[in-house]
Parts: sequence; C-alpha cells; structure tokens
Amino acid sequence: MRNAPEWVRRHPGFAFAMLAVLLAVLPFAVGAGLGRGWVRVLDFALLYSMLALGLNIVVGYAGLLDLGYIAFYALGAYLFAWLGSPQFGLHLPFWLILPLGALLAGTFGVLLGAPTLRLRGDYLAIVTLGFGEIIRIFMNNLDAPINITNGPQGINLIDPVSIGGFSLGSRHTVLGIQLFPPTLYYYLFLAFTLFTVFVAMRLQDSRIGRAWAAIREDEIAAAAMGINTRNVKLLAFAMGATFGGLAGGLFASFQGFISPESFNLMESIMILCMIVLGGMGNIPGVILGAVLLTVLPEALRYLGDWQRATLGHVVVDPNDLRMLLFGVAMVAMMLYRPAGLLPSHQRKREFRAEDGAAEQEQASLYDAKA
Amino acid sequence: MDAMLTVENVTKRFGGLQALESVDLSVRAGEVYGLIGPNGAGKTTLFNCMTGLYTVSDGAIRLDGTAIQNRKPHEIVGRGFARTFQNIRLFANMTALENVMVGRHVRTRAGVLGAVLRGPHTRAEEQAIRDRAQSLMEFVGLKNRGRTLAGHLAYGDQRRLEIARALATDPKLLALDEPVAGMNPNERQQMGELFLRLRESGITLLLIEHDVKLVMGVCDRVAVLDYGKKIAEGIPDDIRRDPAVIEAYLGGTGA
Amino acid sequence: MDIFVQQLVNGLVLGSIYALVALGYTMVYGILELINFAHGEVTMIGAMVALAVIGALLGMHPHLPVVLVMAAGILVAIPACMALGYVIERVAYRPLRRAPRLAPLITAIGVSIILQNAAMLIWGRGYISFPPILPQGTHKFMGAVVTDLQVVIVVLSVLIMLGLTFLVERTRLGRAMRATAQSREVAELMGVNVNTVISATFIIGSALAAVAGVMVSAYYGLAHYYMGFMLGLKAFSAAVLGGIGNIAGAMLGGLLLGIIEALGAGYIGDLTGGFLGSNYQDVFAFLVLILVLVFRPSGLLGERVAQRA
Repeated sequence: MRNAPEWVRRHPGFAFAMLAVLLAVLPFAVGAGLGRGWVRVLDFALLYSMLALGLNIVVGYAGLLDLGYIAFYALGAYLFAWLGSPQFGLHLPFWLILPLGALLAGTFGVLLGAPTLRLRGDYLAIVTLGFGEIIRIFMNNLDAPINITNGPQGINLIDPVSIGGFSLGSRHTVLGIQLFPPTLYYYLFLAFTLFTVFVAMRLQDSRIGRAWAAIREDEIAAAAMGINTRNVKLLAFAMGATFGGLAGGLFASFQGFISPESFNLMESIMILCMIVLGGMGNIPGVILGAVLLTVLPEALRYLGDWQRATLGHVVVDPNDLRMLLFGVAMVAMMLYRPAGLLPSHQRKREFRAEDGAAEQEQASLYDAKA
Repeated sequence: MDAMLTVENVTKRFGGLQALESVDLSVRAGEVYGLIGPNGAGKTTLFNCMTGLYTVSDGAIRLDGTAIQNRKPHEIVGRGFARTFQNIRLFANMTALENVMVGRHVRTRAGVLGAVLRGPHTRAEEQAIRDRAQSLMEFVGLKNRGRTLAGHLAYGDQRRLEIARALATDPKLLALDEPVAGMNPNERQQMGELFLRLRESGITLLLIEHDVKLVMGVCDRVAVLDYGKKIAEGIPDDIRRDPAVIEAYLGGTGA
Repeated sequence: MDIFVQQLVNGLVLGSIYALVALGYTMVYGILELINFAHGEVTMIGAMVALAVIGALLGMHPHLPVVLVMAAGILVAIPACMALGYVIERVAYRPLRRAPRLAPLITAIGVSIILQNAAMLIWGRGYISFPPILPQGTHKFMGAVVTDLQVVIVVLSVLIMLGLTFLVERTRLGRAMRATAQSREVAELMGVNVNTVISATFIIGSALAAVAGVMVSAYYGLAHYYMGFMLGLKAFSAAVLGGIGNIAGAMLGGLLLGIIEALGAGYIGDLTGGFLGSNYQDVFAFLVLILVLVFRPSGLLGERVAQRA
C-alpha cells in the first residue's frame, strides 16, 4: 500500500472493487478480444505468479538463492498425477492431493535445506541446482524396472479438479454463458494466487518476516540478536517449497499431462528471472514480473510470423531467442536496475547502499565530530 | 557477590596464531566490568568467543554457572547475554524501530501460522513488541527517530540504537564493544550516563573500551589484556598503578 | 576384477578432465568468494570453437596430420575462452563487487544462459559429432583396455596441472594471486594490482576450461550447447570435495569424483539389485556434493569455509 498511487490510498474500497471486477471479467475480455488461447496464457500467468511469489519468500525475503525451485513444482505435480490418474488407478479428490503435494514438497525442502543452510548462501544455490537436475533424472528414469513415473513419456489423463461433481475440465453452461476449462481454471488459480498473496503479505509483516529481513541484511548481527538463523532460513526455504508443490498440483490437473520436460532448469531460471525483473521482495513487482515473462514469449511468437511474412522464412526462432533475452535481462537488471521494475522500498535501499557506503562512512565521521 | 559470567582458561587459536591464551575473568552480577588493552590485545576476540561467534580452542565460559562456550549465538542471547559490535552492525535498510523490534524476536513466539492468521494473541504480541521497542528507543534517547532508517542515523545515534536493539533481548548481561569510539566528549559523557542508568536498572555491563578515562570513571572493576593474555584485574585505582599495565600501554612501543 | 580396473581407468580419465574444470572454479572462488556459474559454459564454448576450427581445417585440407589439426583447434579455443573469461569478469562481476551477494550470483546465471543460448543459435540445437580423425589405438593394461586418447588426456592434464602449480607457487603472478586470496585489502596495500590478478585468474581458469572442453568432446565424440551445464556442476562438486579455494584440492577432488562416478555407474546395478541403472551416473556427483557439505564442508584439503556469512 505504501507505494500505491494517491487515489488508491484515498479510496481503498473503490479501488478494490474496481480490481475485483477487472479480475472477474478478465478471461471473458481476453477471450473475446485476443482469442481463447490467450485465456490459457492468463492461467499460466497466474500459475507463474504463484510460483514466483513462493520463490520470492526464499529469494526476496530471506535472501537465499534457490536454483532448483522447479523441483518442488515437479514433486507437487507428480504427486497429483500419482494419486489422481490411471497411472496407479488412484483417483483421490483434489482437496486431498493438493495439500499432500504441498506437504511432500515442503518436506523435501526441509531435507535439502537442513544440511546446506548452515553453509554460506552460494552452496545453497549450487545444491538446489543439482537437486533440480536429480529430480528430473529420477522422473526420467523411474519407469523401469517398476513403472513409477512413466519415464520421458510422462503421465497422461490426470484428473481435472472437480468440485462437488462440477468438473473444471469440461465445458459448462451457466446462466446461458459458455464456460470453457481455461476460464474455469482461471478462477481457481485466481483464488489460489490471492491466497498466496495474502500469506506472503502477512508473513512479510510479522515477527518471522522481520527475522528474514534481518538475516538478509546481516546474518551475523541477526544471530547475535537471538535469531536462530538456520531455523528461520529453513522456514523460508520450506515455505517456498510448499507453495511450489501446491502450484505443481494445480499445473498437473490443469494440463492433464506432465512429463519431466516441463521441469527443467530453465523453468527454475525463468521464475527467478520473474522475481529479479519485477522487484525482489515486492509482491506487486513479483506478480508484474511473472505476468510479463509469461505473456512476452507468447507475444514473441508473432515475431516468427512476422519473419515469415517479410523474409519468407524464419531466420531466428523466437523460441530460441527467448532464453537468450532472459539471460540478457538478468544481467542488465542486476547491473542497471538491481532492485527491479517495481522495487520494494527496502530492496531499493539495499542495492543503493553499496554506492553510498563510502560516502556514508565519511558522513558519519563528520557527524561524530560535529 | 556471585559471579555472573566466568571465563576460565580460555584459549583461542586461528591456525598458528594464538589470539587468546588461558584467559580467566569473572564478572559479578550488577557491576560494570571494563576490559581494556592495546589494539590487537584480543578484546574483541574474547567477546566473539563469549557470544558464540567464535568457538574457543580450549577452556570454559559460564553464564550463571552454565557452560556457554561453543553454543550458538542465539542460545546465548536466549540465556540473557546480549552484545553490540565495535563496527556497528545495524540492519541499515530497516527503520530504527524495526531494528529494535528484531531484538524482541528471541522473547516472542509467533510463528508462521500466527503470522498468517493474525489472531488476537499474535496481534497483542505484535503490539507488545512495538511498545517495548518504542520505550527502549526512549530509554536510549532516540524517542523520535523510530521511522528513520538505521543507516541514515547520525553515528552516535547508531551506537545508541545498537544498545536499544541489544536491550530488546532482555539481557541480564550486556557486552558493549567500544561503545564510545568516534564520539566527541559531550556524547561520551551522555553515553557514560546511559551506562549508569543501565546498571541502575539491574543490568550487568561488560565494556570494551579504549578510552581509559571513561573506563576508570564508570567501571567497578577492570581487566587488562595484552597479547592475548590477562595481565591485570582489579579496581580502577589499582589498575592505574599496576606496573605491568603501564608497561603494556607505554613500554614496548617506545612512546 | 577386469571391470573394476576398466572403470578405474575410465574414472581417471574423466576425473582429470573434471580436475581441469574444477581448477577454474576453485581459483575464482579462492580470490572472489564467488561461484562462477558461467565457467561450465566457457568449457562448452571451448569445445565448440575447437570443433568449428577442426571442421573448417579438415574441410579445406582433409589430409592434414591429426596432431596439427587438433593443435590448431586447441590453440584457437584457448585464446577465445581466455578472452571470454576476461569479458565475463569485466562485464558481469566487476561492477558488482561491492553489491549484495545475491547480485553477482544472478548475473553469473544470466551469463551462463546467454552463452548457452548464443551457442545454440550459432551451432544449432543438435549434437555435433567430433570428426573421426583421432587414432583408435588401444593398449592392454592389467586387463583393461586403454585408448591412445585416454593416455593423451591424462598425460596432458597432469602436465597442465604441474604447470599451474609452478605458476602459482613460483612466479610473481602466483604470489600476487595467493596474497589476494588471503586478503584482497592487504594485497592491495602491498601494491598488488588486485584487478589485474582477478582478470588473470579468470583468464587462466578459462584457458584450462578450453582444454577440458576439447578433451570432453574428443572423448565422448560429441559436443552440444548444453554440455557445459552438467560438466560445470560436476566440476564444482569436485572443487567442493577437494576443498573449495584449494588448488591441490581441486585436482584431488576432480580425480576422486571421476573415479567415484565411474565405479558407481559400473556397480550401481549390482548394488541396487538392478533397480537403478547406469543412467543414474549423473546423480553421483550430486550425492558426493551433499555428503561433503553435510560431513565435511571444508572438503578434503580445505580450510573451514562454513559460517562465514
């Protein structure tokens, strides 16, 4: 709220009502204006917002670099597939599987974080990076001798979310309005995203949130002020993992199909990129980053069409260009706008502090003499 | 009087370097205890050993009889032993009040569930944290600086804020590492008064200081470290006349 | 027994390649306390450049002697990677030397992605095969088959490592590097040009990476834009195993990791009753990394690095 525009602060009720209406009609507006395919893009924007908000707890709040975040997403997704598809003939209800997936991911988060979080941050980065790959290797290979993951083919026919017999996976007509699965999932994802935002906001402004900020600023001072740094960091890591698992379950039921392909390192990097681009530690920034990086690649596809139209053939596949641009964006952001497009107040100060450090020291000596 | 903190035979080696050699100290409850010595004598190293930032190579440190050497810093703070840093280590990009609120962490409980649900208990706790932090700001003389970023405070105020933050952990023993370094005489005097008020409120103080005059003025007892060894311990008047101390401060350097 | 010796030989060969790459990680870490995530990609670029040169030469003169073709490939790849390493440090790390720790880690990943995708755009998505020009001679050694290439890889690696040891221990630059690793501030006060030392470290590490890249692609007969990632991860694990920041540690860690991996892949089927197969080979490096971090974070030869936030 602190960086909200003036009129929002003056009329918060009105602003929220506007936002609510906008979010409610968005899939219809997008579907009518841009085509139904874009409603799916919208769904993914929400899914990635959830993921980015979850990773933001780890990276933005606690200042820990997790490069294997997608592994937790994968765990949630695979658990959903195992308990709700013909793979094992199990079809448990989603309200049971989703929390289980989150729990599984959170547990793995603790198992992975416990040994590594007492070391310096860079180790966490590399261990999580490896963990992401390991999970993928297992998913790829655990189809023999016992078929658990169905290997590279992945698991198909995953149950859609179904609420009291109302399946989000099929078309419905409500009050004469046709509702397609992407639209139905939009509302589900919206609800979960809002839940994630709520939790993230509450955490940030709490005893735990202050402890994370303190650790990010100066871990030694935080410990000397009585914060059990290892446990508090572990908590951030586990919370992030839990949200990753939750999003994974939603993804599995939405797609109806998962394979190891969807959970490669580049996905982890992309989510990190969303946070960096949007503004580490700042919820609106992170959502902006997630939406931008979900929509931009879709928009890039037009670049392919354009090449075909003007040059006759595709010279540079926009898909190939996408990751390259992400890499450039990450470096450029860190060099020129390290706090992101929509920075949090505190982050902006942290990244600015490094230039001012020398001056500040001068100034404080001067103050001491005055 | 009982010893609140005892340091027994503490030795600290960094590789081949012997930073502390069999140091013995005992700080009594309620006193202001000074630790002085030339640069590089091992004062801060001893502080770091006592507060869990360094492990000791040998020896024991006890707080009210319980061994605390090689415990984690947060456990030691939990037992009522807080500290400040020589090279101020505030959370520079948090506000002054938030800094002090962080200090309440160890005395409060709200976890993730409490934070998310924010029930009456959590809200009451949060309010209590804020109130306590505010009153500590007033205690150290920073009443109206709560919303200022810690990093933007004047140097002397940063030192005070560090003390307020340490006080927020409810210490019975507070260790201050060169709290008046870089201050002018006026500020030094105010700081000296703060020490006395701290003592009146029942907190035992352990003070590392270069300013011998200040130490002699406020401390009940003083120990002198030189080259990692304790060369003297006693009341200020005796220390002032101790030949070994005079030698350490004036001798070897040829001054 | 034959399998054991054979896997030991294979592990030694792989291990000496890991060691060369691990040296780059460990030297940079020793001086900057930074994990240079892009280092694996430098290795990949080395392989790609060498292959391009070799391919072009063979295209023009199919009958040139193999040694000449290989030497040309390596001698172009080395300066290319040196320049790349220098540029990476200047552009992505140096401006952030005083920034929060997270910042250079993020640019490092950014650079890594840029290099991967640039390589993909230039050399394509597919595997590039190494031209079949290398001698196929084999020797029998204690029941194991050892190829000429394996011998060359091991011998060359050992020579390079000896050279590096000499450089670090006996030369002016080496002394400056060791001083900077001890304390950047003090080295600077003593008149060491720290920026030059850091640049030199990146350049030397990249040169080693170039050689390792060529070796890997020759050994497996393939190169691929993504090959640097796993290789980098493993080499980093090797550096941690040996004790990151410690040059001898990187060599030891590399060799050990190669052997662990080869033996692990050779025996995992028997160990798990056929449940897991050799396609889990890549898991070993990671397991080693976790185990080292849990039980001996300082590595086999390293100083304690834990708890220095």
